[in-house]
Amino acid sequence: MATGILAVQGAFIEHEHILNRLGADTIQLRQKSDLYKDFDRLILPGGESTVQGKLLKDLGMFDILKEKIESGMPVLATCAGLILLAENISNDTRTYFQTLPITVKRNAYGRQLGSFHYNGDIKGLGTFPMEFIRAPYIEAAGDNVEILAYVHNKAVAARYKKQLGFSFHPELCSDNRIHKMFLEL
Amino acid sequence: MDKEQYKLNRELAQMLKGGVIMDVTTPEQAKIAEEAGACAVMALERIPADIRAAGGVSRMSDPAMINCIQETVSIPVMAKCRIGHFAEAQILEAIEIDYIDESEVLSPADDIYHIDKTQFRVPFVCGAKNLGEALRRINEGAAMIRTKGEPGTGDVVQAVSHMRMMNSAISKITSMRDDELFNEAKELQVPYELIKYVHDNGKLPVVNFAAGGIATPADAALMMQLGADGVFVGSGIFMSGNPAKRAEAIVKSVTNYKDAKMIAELSKNLGEAMVGINKDEITLLMAERGI
Repeated sequence: MATGILAVQGAFIEHEHILNRLGADTIQLRQKSDLYKDFDRLILPGGESTVQGKLLKDLGMFDILKEKIESGMPVLATCAGLILLAENISNDTRTYFQTLPITVKRNAYGRQLGSFHYNGDIKGLGTFPMEFIRAPYIEAAGDNVEILAYVHNKAVAARYKKQLGFSFHPELCSDNRIHKMFLEL
Repeated sequence: MDKEQYKLNRELAQMLKGGVIMDVTTPEQAKIAEEAGACAVMALERIPADIRAAGGVSRMSDPAMINCIQETVSIPVMAKCRIGHFAEAQILEAIEIDYIDESEVLSPADDIYHIDKTQFRVPFVCGAKNLGEALRRINEGAAMIRTKGEPGTGDVVQAVSHMRMMNSAISKITSMRDDELFNEAKELQVPYELIKYVHDNGKLPVVNFAAGGIATPADAALMMQLGADGVFVGSGIFMSGNPAKRAEAIVKSVTNYKDAKMIAELSKNLGEAMVGINKDEITLLMAERGI
């Protein structure tokens, strides 16, 4: 069955290309009616979390997707997507799905001049090229959350049940190991 | 700017795709824009329509005013400098702006040279009305392109024409034989490598937004269907009767640009659109600045 990629705003095509290269079918989720199509996995891409969060609610997509995530649909979330999943956001009053018991800090590395590239280790995968773009990091995590990577002593990747969240953008590199890991969840 | 930073800068533009970047002149407007779903704001002292009306020399905005807007919103903040005015660009970099627009909307500071954008770490977006201009700006270090359109008019015709010109030049290059690319590079006054990229990939190497004269949800949908990665809305929002509602409608129209039924609903009761002037009624064609 296909993977649904949230396509209300942001870098969703990049995820679609990687999954298609791996031979997986994808559908774009732009409005409520798309949520009734057949998909059994979900990707929350990078972009602006404020825009995506607002559109999810205004377009009537929010409750349906939240329910799917809560009932165990595998999710891959990158950057803005990680913010959408987080239970708490330390520097913002807005919250979204709150299905991943972590606290994230938005724009944690500052403005665009603070964006950076880093080759870091991911548990189970080894070294991975990481693009951090106005990225968040994870400040605190619940007991059952497994932290998969640290960069400069900050947690930047987490797994909880079938939810995989990353501060950085695996969709912007040619390394598809994270997407493979997601398809095997 | 090293290669790594340039890649990160192009990638920030990728994150803005499918979004609307709105011109704002005050922190209050910036808040309205963010709440309406803008993916970034362009901080400037006067919107293009007022720049047009005021005449005179139009310059970079007061850094204090830009700082104020940076403090108000959490989305990326862009600001404009004059074409060729690298000292204004240095100031914008010093206040850690997220994106600099080297813009024909302001009075050009140099009538020959654009800014050497490779000397900066902060990313630049530049206007272009055809493929040659776009590739020349990219060669100078621009990490994002937008159509010039005709700013401050509320008339979408120029943005449409620029987007169509770019698309047709791209498809022409895509269908060329390899040995024809050298001459095309000469014709467009750009390096062979950029022509080769367009030939092999059928697109620009950076994100391309539509800008200049977009005033309604239908205008935004038109530009998205013509292949824009997202849109800038300048005067169109805060010159209209109900800015918040119009801004929200344009954001949703960009997301669902092929769904005419939804756009019909979004277009209802938006209040007055900006009055608009067409290009034959104006004496100053901003799109002719910086080629």
